[in-house]
Amino acid sequence: MLSKLFFGYFAVIMVALSLLVITRRNPVHSVLWMLVLFFHIAGLYLFLNAEFLAAVQVILYAGAILVLFLFVIMMLNIKVEITAERFIGEWPIGVALGLSILMLIYFTTSKLIQGPAGQFSIEAIKAETHTKALGKVLYTEYLFPFEIASLILLIAIVGAIVLAKKRG
Amino acid sequence: MNIFGLFDGLIGMQGSLALNILIIIVKIAVVVGITMLHVAYATYFERKVIGHMQVRLGPMRVGPHGILQPIADGIKLFFKEDIVPDGADKPVFKIAPIIPVFAALSSLAVIPFFEGFVIADINIGLLYILAMSSLGAYGIVMSGWSSNSKYSFLGGLRSSAQVISYEIAIGLSLVGVMIMAGSLSLNDIVKAQQQHWHGMYLIPQFIAYFVFLVAAFAETNRAPFDLPEAESELVAGYFVEYSGMRFALFYAAEYMGMIIMSSIAVVCFWGGWTMPPVITNAVPAIKMVPGIVWFVGKVYFHIFLYYWIRATLPRYRYDQLMALGWKVLIPLALANIVVTAIVKFMS
Repeated sequence: MLSKLFFGYFAVIMVALSLLVITRRNPVHSVLWMLVLFFHIAGLYLFLNAEFLAAVQVILYAGAILVLFLFVIMMLNIKVEITAERFIGEWPIGVALGLSILMLIYFTTSKLIQGPAGQFSIEAIKAETHTKALGKVLYTEYLFPFEIASLILLIAIVGAIVLAKKRG
Repeated sequence: MNIFGLFDGLIGMQGSLALNILIIIVKIAVVVGITMLHVAYATYFERKVIGHMQVRLGPMRVGPHGILQPIADGIKLFFKEDIVPDGADKPVFKIAPIIPVFAALSSLAVIPFFEGFVIADINIGLLYILAMSSLGAYGIVMSGWSSNSKYSFLGGLRSSAQVISYEIAIGLSLVGVMIMAGSLSLNDIVKAQQQHWHGMYLIPQFIAYFVFLVAAFAETNRAPFDLPEAESELVAGYFVEYSGMRFALFYAAEYMGMIIMSSIAVVCFWGGWTMPPVITNAVPAIKMVPGIVWFVGKVYFHIFLYYWIRATLPRYRYDQLMALGWKVLIPLALANIVVTAIVKFMS
């Protein structure tokens, strides 16, 4: 009962916050609402016993990525942004696309079959702590995808530096 | 304990639910009350210590040796007019000073002050503290932007770049401690240090401790990295437009940040509330002293270090600050992680 109440709170508030993010006229306000949204996502991770993911969600998304967003947006001329047209002319197409994807998700979720339970039950994770369990899986079974992901990020960093250097 | 374990524990014991909540509230009140008192008197001792280092007396007028000075300052700030600049983004302007205070006070929840006394013993304690300290940048960016003033905007950009850069160094310097202790829980980190004869990670992790200390000075905007404020050169930075109580919140958050950074240094590198086994084995009587004495003593030493360095070192230039953070501290911390991991793997 209590867990359902908790999940209901997070679900409703997260939808409301997402709407606030896309409807604010002032982009800085949008980013600040997104910060509150990220905290609720972290809360949802805690709810799933994934405390490591919750902490990383706050450190990386709220503490690093969103601050950089805010940095860029603060440099914009807010006074022009506020008076600018909110939505481009093609928004009905976007709404139609979004609704059709929502329908697709709705119909597929009813057909989902639960897979067999793996070795990581809630009890196993509680005994081993989430951080340790995640680390073990990430650095053994999924080491190759992990390395590929880090290589892609490295290329992005090198690319950004090359682009910035060419100007000077 | 899992974060939700705390929650389950509260719900599970239906009969003593109210009692458990009451105990937690009393603990929070005690910790917050004592910390606030320390914040007030940290300002007094800063003025006294720096005064004596510069052959002055420091505050002397309010009470004997100026002992009531922080109370007088507090009352004065409380009754000052709260000015909100014209054209400021009012909601953001008003929320901005609350964020650093909120982040600092919530970090206190996971710090173990002595054996068995911690508000929430969660198993990601160190990550939680890093997450909370990463929120500090929002107070800076929001106040700088919302003031609608070029001075605070530029100050905000400067100091948020500083805080974000040094956050990386702080996080990386603590990884060495995490590897050695094999845990993210602050309680376990203190206990793991007792396994060694020296009883503190300060000795095997001296590089990490150095990086942590320097980065903590920058993270809390203290001298020699106090460029955001630079009171002897500029009209302060991101909080130029703040007055009265809202300014006091920024000011208090800086001192809370100092206390929390000192506490983390003590817990992760100085063995927290314990004394080195080599000393306790030689003089068993030391075990009779309650742990809080050692903890508080070590924290006071670190806070004194903040004052000492402020009175000693000149301020860094901005490019020197960035070069130090990215080209010295982060590579040092990374090298420390590699070496620590190899040593741990070999043994």
